[in-house]
Amino acid sequence: MKVAVVGAGPAGVRAVEALLAHDIRPVWIDEAMDGGGRIYQRPPAGLRRDAKTLYGFEAPRATALHAALDAAKPRADWRPETLVWNIRPGQRQLSTLSAGRQGVVEYDAAILCTGAMDRVVPVKGWTLPGVTTMGGAQIALKSQGCGIGQRVAFLGSGPLLWLVAYQYAKAGAEVVAVLDTTRFATKLAAAPGMLRGPATFAKGLYYIGWLRAHGIRIAEGVTPLAIEGAGSVSGLSWRDAKGGVHRVECDAVGLGWGLKPEAQLADLAGIPFVFDAAQHNWVPRRDAAGRTPVTGIYLAGDGSGIGGAEVAEVAGARAALALLQDAGRRVETAALDRKLASLGRFRVALEKAFPFPSHLAAGLPDDALFCRCEGLTVGELRATTTGPAIPAPELNRAKAISRAGMGRCQGRVCGAAAAEILAAQLGCSVAEVGRLRGQAPVKPIPLTATP
Amino acid sequence: MTETRCDVLIVGGGGAGCSAALHLALRGSRVVLLERGLVGGQASGVNYGGVRQQGRNPAELPIARKSREIWGRMKQLAGTEAEFTVTGHLKLARDDAEEANLIAYLDVAKQHGLPLRMIGRNALHGEYPWLGPKVLAGSFAPEDGSANPRLMTPALARAARDAGATLHERTEVMDYAHDGADFRLRTAAGDVFVAPVLLNLAGFWGGRVAEAFGEAVPIVPLSPNMLVTEPMGYFIEPNLGVVGGNVYLRQIPRGNVIIGGGHGESDPGQPGQTPWSRPIPEVTMEAAALAIALVPALEGVQVIRSWSGIDGQMPDRIPVIGPSSTTPGLFHAFGFSGHGFQLGPAIGAIMSELVLDGRTDIPLEPFRITRFGAAGQA
Amino acid sequence: MKLVRLRDTDRATLHLTLEGSGLAALEGDTVLTALLAGGAGHLRDSEFGDGHRAGFCLMGACQDCWVVVEGLGRVRACATLAKDGMKVRRG
Repeated sequence: MKVAVVGAGPAGVRAVEALLAHDIRPVWIDEAMDGGGRIYQRPPAGLRRDAKTLYGFEAPRATALHAALDAAKPRADWRPETLVWNIRPGQRQLSTLSAGRQGVVEYDAAILCTGAMDRVVPVKGWTLPGVTTMGGAQIALKSQGCGIGQRVAFLGSGPLLWLVAYQYAKAGAEVVAVLDTTRFATKLAAAPGMLRGPATFAKGLYYIGWLRAHGIRIAEGVTPLAIEGAGSVSGLSWRDAKGGVHRVECDAVGLGWGLKPEAQLADLAGIPFVFDAAQHNWVPRRDAAGRTPVTGIYLAGDGSGIGGAEVAEVAGARAALALLQDAGRRVETAALDRKLASLGRFRVALEKAFPFPSHLAAGLPDDALFCRCEGLTVGELRATTTGPAIPAPELNRAKAISRAGMGRCQGRVCGAAAAEILAAQLGCSVAEVGRLRGQAPVKPIPLTATP
Repeated sequence: MTETRCDVLIVGGGGAGCSAALHLALRGSRVVLLERGLVGGQASGVNYGGVRQQGRNPAELPIARKSREIWGRMKQLAGTEAEFTVTGHLKLARDDAEEANLIAYLDVAKQHGLPLRMIGRNALHGEYPWLGPKVLAGSFAPEDGSANPRLMTPALARAARDAGATLHERTEVMDYAHDGADFRLRTAAGDVFVAPVLLNLAGFWGGRVAEAFGEAVPIVPLSPNMLVTEPMGYFIEPNLGVVGGNVYLRQIPRGNVIIGGGHGESDPGQPGQTPWSRPIPEVTMEAAALAIALVPALEGVQVIRSWSGIDGQMPDRIPVIGPSSTTPGLFHAFGFSGHGFQLGPAIGAIMSELVLDGRTDIPLEPFRITRFGAAGQA
Repeated sequence: MKLVRLRDTDRATLHLTLEGSGLAALEGDTVLTALLAGGAGHLRDSEFGDGHRAGFCLMGACQDCWVVVEGLGRVRACATLAKDGMKVRRG
């Protein structure tokens, strides 16, 4: 049986481990130089910090995952630095690109563990050099030993906001402000549910407490106004919950409002998507074990709906067992199923604590740039509902008319905000305006003279 | 469930359908257009965007000439020219046989008043220094160009609505009937539309409409394999094609290069199902290699998106256009075989003439639905 | 944009060029880090006239850090390791 696993983050590692334990040697593909995913990304050779410094509270988990990764690599058909840019579910083929060369991987079954990226809301000035995603700011520090600037402000919502700010301050960067767009009261209301995941909740409180104790400026319930600067970032302004306007001088800003699945491959595989109202994301349809409506395709990890690294590890192993079950093997799944159910309950509370700020995207001024690739303004997207073309009733038509999401990133970065802007313009829900359909290639591939 | 009566029913909201709705509405007809998905969702919206007369089957040239005249006043007609740009179309030959083909077409062009000039080897590489060494000769049609297909049909639809036409998107017709005087169309939602005239402008699915009225034709789905690159400095001004048509490309002033060649895969679906189409990776990469042979500077430029759609192809590669042979009041225009985008505006005008004047100046004999013989056997 | 080196600074030095000018980096740097910690300020310009760009996600997703490396062609700066002697042009 030919099995392919795409992705070597927490879900991919545990999926491969489970397959190997049942004597299946998968083709194992990751776009990065090494496995570990984004959360447990290891620095390149030459950088020597220990796991405790790199991963903090997560060090034991990271160390264990790296051990499993290193043990699995030589036993699997490990193919790093390889992009899967298309999938043909009918033919059961993956199209790959590695070191400039095209390839095809045939599979009988595939587990897609394609991870997530930051979910962002555009802010005026967000394309200035010096602005990165929250995840980008974290990668700079963790994997490259660098801060994104000398004086850094963090803006967004969700656990990563506090974690990254804490990591920066610990590493010696000057954190000039941590600005949470969620009101304190919203988070407080969700606190009882968060207690279901006591360790995670305690960690969050620890970071916030640490930042306060170190006198770092914190504001909650803010509305971002603009990232300012000519050629690069020089300041950030916002409005507080009472309407007062504030500004800090800074040379870098990290932005992020939680995560969204990198589900392009699942989309190209033909898996239907559903709008998950709790996490406010479109997610590919799958059952609790990772089975999808498309024969031979299994999903695990954040690429199939945001659950976090701990869930991803369990889900990866569970998807591998689902694959084995469907191939007629007898496997024991009860323990994994119980664990997934328990972790899922905490996630619901977390989403309630950090809801996606739809109002911020919908309220952007017309002259704010929202599509980085195509250099489009919010006004240009809104104009798709007013002519000269027949009004766009959904996101893909708005894309066709305005080019929103038509650039190199295919709407990964602007898609979530574009949906909010269009929904507000049309007076309907974001679920009704739909999502940008995926199109091959998943990421850009070069034109070559020899196909 | 509602029942709506009008003068003319149009099935299919592609470029031809929306143009027909516009032209009829402008002359005072009460028009209702029914579109299964969104207007311009298939061949009209996802095609290459070529506004090309050069190289067409001679039978199509009178329509293409009429359409080119409409393209020239598109801004007044549809409120936008949909990025229509007269860049000229340069058709290239890569061997002696292809060059002979270009030379032979000069006479065809002359007969139809289509401006076209041959460019020999030396002049060609002098005029277009970015062409690859494998290109031997070219013929240049200065009136041709390209437009944005994603905008054109929605703009025609908007203009038609503004002119008084009624457009129903996401409205699939499930049942066709004719009671001797009127057509009665029943939609998936159970609504009924009634009119003495029906225009079948439903692209590939036009074959099914014709079949419903007892005149099946040998139509097959055609799915062009398309891709677009990231933006690069603008240097490819003319719309480029080759003899044989295995690759075609154009660059828009924003910098993206749009490349077509070969075919993707598709399933038009059964009634009630959503059609799908998608490009094939190997075809995409083959088109890329052919494009690099024409324009070597494209090597290494990144492909950022690929796509396909569904058109209807006839055995003789020209559409069915004209009155039904079985049912009075029914007119067809479908099966554009991959080159209907340029023709769409004129098709709408011709349909309005057939309906309201009972005639058109355009010779439609070559496009008659009966040309395939009995039972749709070509 | 100026990346600030906070940790792991005792690494071997690499020498790259950006548009022909010399630039020092450290072993283990990505091209993005090498350039932005080395004072390049930005990596590319938007094709549509809205200014400089210097990457955004640093994880190969946003496609905003494309540069040209001699011998490699167009690459994402965030996903490409810097090597001694690399000749880089802004994308």
